[in-house]
Amino acid sequence: MKYMLIIYRDEAAFPDSRMAGDHSAAYIAYTEALKAAGVLAGGDRLQSSHTASTVRVEGGETQVLDGPYADTKEQFGGFYILDVPDLDAALKWAAKCPGAAQGAIEVRPMWVM
Amino acid sequence: MGDVTQAAGSAARAAAERVARQSYGKLVAFLAARTRDIAGAEDALSEAFAAALAQWPGSGIPASPEGWLLTVARRRLTDLARHHKARDGAADHLSLMAQEAGSVGDGSDIPDDRLRLMFACAHPAIDRPVRGALILQTVLGLDAATIAASALVPPATMGQRLVRAKAKIRQAGIAFTMPDRVDMPARLDAVLEAVYAAFTQGWSDPTGMDQRRSGLAEEAIWLGRLVATLLPDEPEALGLLALMLHLEARRAARRDAGGGYVPLDRQDPALWDAAMIRQAEDILLGASHTGRIGRYQLEAAVQSAHAIRRFGHAPDWPMLEQLYDALLAITRSPVVGLNRAMVVARTRGPEAGLADLEPLHGDARLAGYQPYWAARAELLGRCARPDEARSAYDRAIALEDDAGVRAFLRSRRDGLDGGAA
Repeated sequence: MKYMLIIYRDEAAFPDSRMAGDHSAAYIAYTEALKAAGVLAGGDRLQSSHTASTVRVEGGETQVLDGPYADTKEQFGGFYILDVPDLDAALKWAAKCPGAAQGAIEVRPMWVM
Repeated sequence: MGDVTQAAGSAARAAAERVARQSYGKLVAFLAARTRDIAGAEDALSEAFAAALAQWPGSGIPASPEGWLLTVARRRLTDLARHHKARDGAADHLSLMAQEAGSVGDGSDIPDDRLRLMFACAHPAIDRPVRGALILQTVLGLDAATIAASALVPPATMGQRLVRAKAKIRQAGIAFTMPDRVDMPARLDAVLEAVYAAFTQGWSDPTGMDQRRSGLAEEAIWLGRLVATLLPDEPEALGLLALMLHLEARRAARRDAGGGYVPLDRQDPALWDAAMIRQAEDILLGASHTGRIGRYQLEAAVQSAHAIRRFGHAPDWPMLEQLYDALLAITRSPVVGLNRAMVVARTRGPEAGLADLEPLHGDARLAGYQPYWAARAELLGRCARPDEARSAYDRAIALEDDAGVRAFLRSRRDGLDGGAA
């Protein structure tokens, strides 16, 4: 089954300049571990939430708003897509993600077409 | 004669129901193990289960109850798969289940996946309050209305929660597997907690007037026995079973002839079920041989210390205090602290008990907990502080839902008057 690990963290606590240091090293190591286990099916890091634009179409009118859809304490900052046998395997990988110790990881099964 | 026939008829019904229940849970677990589609398995078995409850009391229990149920279920699965075919992926599940149902011959050697099913139902990804209800339904085949009555929620609400939880197991991919060694303690604890929650719902009906609620305590004991049988080396599974048996042994003594509530220290031990107490003691002894103590074993030991009244001995209060110390260290529960303070009141007097209660005063977790206010009132009364005792009783009475318990608390409060200034 495929799962998305959605990484939420407090951007204020991790300014962009610091992301190049230990933090990135931890993510590189984690990504390598996912590859070595043969479970990585995708993933990326996002620019910080102030770069986001939110679009909705209401009554045929396109509205664009500055900022992310939800203004939350911790922001959606990146994701991995894993292909693992079951939820327990996905939860175990989520717990190892560097983001789990700094924010929270939401684990969602992907829709099966 | 009529009575005899009727009694035989109800015994046959009870036996049929027991066997049907046992087979039902095994078959739900078996059919859903690969697809994780509990709702689909239940759908397939519901007609078979109803047919068994209707026919077996008259025709006798078949030699292979599981084979009988599977034969009926297979027809239903084939129909369901055909019906779903064009619409969604459920058809694949149902066809797979139909194949599996057809692969086991007379059904006498199907694997027992009930424990795996229980671990899935009590998975941390499932909302905690619904876990016990989910186990009762999937393993025992109880309907949502029966479970709802004991959980004091509307049947529709309970039905919805159960449907959502089953969908989560299927869609989120919660596997029917045994937890690995690292996860086992926490995962087993979740299963035991769910079973105990079902038991307390059945047991916390002190008047025993609601048949459906008291029935739930028996069902929970049945589940506890099942877990203990399937995991004989887990002392906490044995501890929980011993605890439930100790409590259940007192059922007949928990109300008087008029249906009034009788607290533990005023119960007539002669009314306690001695055979059930001995069974609980044997099980607890077996658990203690593993040398791994835990919350349920300690709670069972507390009940055991009270149970010796059945055999003419007084409770060993200093030992009870030690047991509560150990429980407090494990659980850090304010309720345990409360019970410990009541024991201290017995060993060192009401003032000492009240002093131990003081740190708990103002604990938000106890503010709405009736037994806390009743206990506080009791100790204040014994310390000759009737006015404070009276207001604590008022608080307890206001928090209690059960009329029998309210009447008991009122009589205690009104008894204070003699000592009032």
